[in-house]
Amino acid sequence: MPSTLIEKYIRESHLPHIWCAGCGNGTIMRDVIQAIDNLGLDKKDVVIVSGIGCSARAAGYMNFNSIHTTHGRAIAFATGIKMAKPHMKVIVLTGDGDAAAIGGNHLIHAARRNIDLTVVVFNNSIYGMTGGQFSPTTPTGEFATTAPYGSIDPNFDIPELARAAGATYTARGTTYHVPQTIKLIENAIAHDGFSIVECVTTCPTYYGRKNKKGDAVKMLEYQRDNSVSVAKAKTMTAEELKGKIVFGELYVDNEKPEYTKEYEKIIEIAGGRSDE
Amino acid sequence: MAERKRALLQGNEAVVEGAIAAGMRFFAGYPITPSTEIAEGCAKRLPEVGGRFIQMEDELASMAAVIGASVTGTKSMTATSGPGFSLKQENIGYAALAEIPCVIVDVQRQGPSTGLPTSPSQGDYMQARWGTHGDHPVIAVSPSSVQETYEETIRCFNLAERYRVPVILLMDEIVGHMREGIEMMSPEEITVLDRLVKEDPEQAAMPYDIVPGEYVPRITPFGEGIYYNITGLLHDNWGFPSTSPVKNNRQTTRIMNKIIKNAEQIEKYETDGVDDCDTLIVSFGGTARSAEAAITIARENDYKVGLFRPVTVWPFPEKALSEICDHVKNIIVAELNFGQMTLEVERIAKGRCEVTHIGKVNGTILKPNEIYRLIREVSR
Repeated sequence: MPSTLIEKYIRESHLPHIWCAGCGNGTIMRDVIQAIDNLGLDKKDVVIVSGIGCSARAAGYMNFNSIHTTHGRAIAFATGIKMAKPHMKVIVLTGDGDAAAIGGNHLIHAARRNIDLTVVVFNNSIYGMTGGQFSPTTPTGEFATTAPYGSIDPNFDIPELARAAGATYTARGTTYHVPQTIKLIENAIAHDGFSIVECVTTCPTYYGRKNKKGDAVKMLEYQRDNSVSVAKAKTMTAEELKGKIVFGELYVDNEKPEYTKEYEKIIEIAGGRSDE
Repeated sequence: MAERKRALLQGNEAVVEGAIAAGMRFFAGYPITPSTEIAEGCAKRLPEVGGRFIQMEDELASMAAVIGASVTGTKSMTATSGPGFSLKQENIGYAALAEIPCVIVDVQRQGPSTGLPTSPSQGDYMQARWGTHGDHPVIAVSPSSVQETYEETIRCFNLAERYRVPVILLMDEIVGHMREGIEMMSPEEITVLDRLVKEDPEQAAMPYDIVPGEYVPRITPFGEGIYYNITGLLHDNWGFPSTSPVKNNRQTTRIMNKIIKNAEQIEKYETDGVDDCDTLIVSFGGTARSAEAAITIARENDYKVGLFRPVTVWPFPEKALSEICDHVKNIIVAELNFGQMTLEVERIAKGRCEVTHIGKVNGTILKPNEIYRLIREVSR
């Protein structure tokens, strides 16, 4: 029997999806849907915003108010939606290139404002849609079509970048740790402020093949064997943590004021009447 | 008649008042000379009417936020000048393809690149039409006075809503910073148009399916329980990506046709003394003020000169100008650039009369005397 989630939330007429066999993006899309269902959100008030790339195609498969925007700008579109309708839950689905390269400026400024958006980053460490170029999260030394001799670019830690910029909820999940990742996304959506969950996903077609990581199963096993929980990571040295995926809730701040709520105060000071 | 409010405003301030009168409730922008007063005005005025203002991190984000707000049914605007107008182009194309109403103000300044930030220009005329890549529809409107700026800003919002296109309010630094006394209309005098939606929820779920006899889709805003997809990819009637040559051709043709077929409703122009003139001046925006002064001098000296001033500059009021081309000897196109509208006028004149361009690209305005000298020259 198919999952009831499919009937409730998936545009079945637009399947099959375009993702390659072994791609983890479908897993993350399901995690997001499960998190929305667990929270019992009214679909009417949920907007799914995506940018450009493999990750971005998830928006079209999800039966919500969905908008597939331009490369890198999903968070900026989402900011406009949230400002116009602060009661809406605005969820951004983006990739490592979309969020941290071309869209890096929007990521840090939305984090700085602490505007109530939830950003789910599908991090496959590569540009998949264009055929395997290195991204800001490709580990230094690894290979890509535009790094045929190995990448000399240092890589970003996206949740750390967002935290430094002012995000008030940061977390990391993987496509191996499904129940944990669902909970992280759930907490992120429920959080009143800018939240980001990086989901480490598998791209056997490009990242895997270029770097001899094996098939999808091997790549998932790699996630399992190289992930450490936040609690365990605290007991480990920097040397021991090298190359490890630290997953779980990385940073939570419930004190910093949320941007659209602050703007409601501006409307009050100016003597206007908010329709929210 | 209800009382009108009189005010001494600069053009940029009149944009803010016009926009609010038209129902704008969201503005996203980034500081840039000579348009900044529009952002400043929106920051102050929008919360007073329950609207919202945000200063974004850059021009690209401002344009994106405006489209985001508009998909929820909120009338939205951004304002910029040359460099920022260039940066906004990708998302202007998005609004054109996905058919999201919005207003973009470009207060033109001189030169490519950083150019002369505080000096007037009309060098973005062609960019307003073809700035973003690919064939796409657009409307551009260029006012010549502060009063007209106020009224045309309202019309820009109505055009955006009616045709679901990005509308460019193509200002220039002359009008943007010019101060004039204006009359602001009372709410009951102002026509405000809102985007149309479909009544039947089942039909509404197919947002780009066009009602027979219409060219513009009726799309329900986000948040009303109608679930559909919006994308910048060429798409089908459901808003889903499509690579079908038949559907792609149908969509691209329709979005162009919705402007072409409705051109006469969108066009607006002013003429003065065109019926019996030998020489016609075509001019728009702030430069038209110099042209008007030149015509006054020329008439005092017995030259038969007329004025054609397009207010809607894209689509160009082609039919109206073409009729005049049948009987005038000369056309002078006065514009603050190297000859951009001149190309459009030459295309329409099709060799029926001499077309001469007069312009300037040094950051100063065209003076009436300079235009008058050319009137004398071409009249010999």
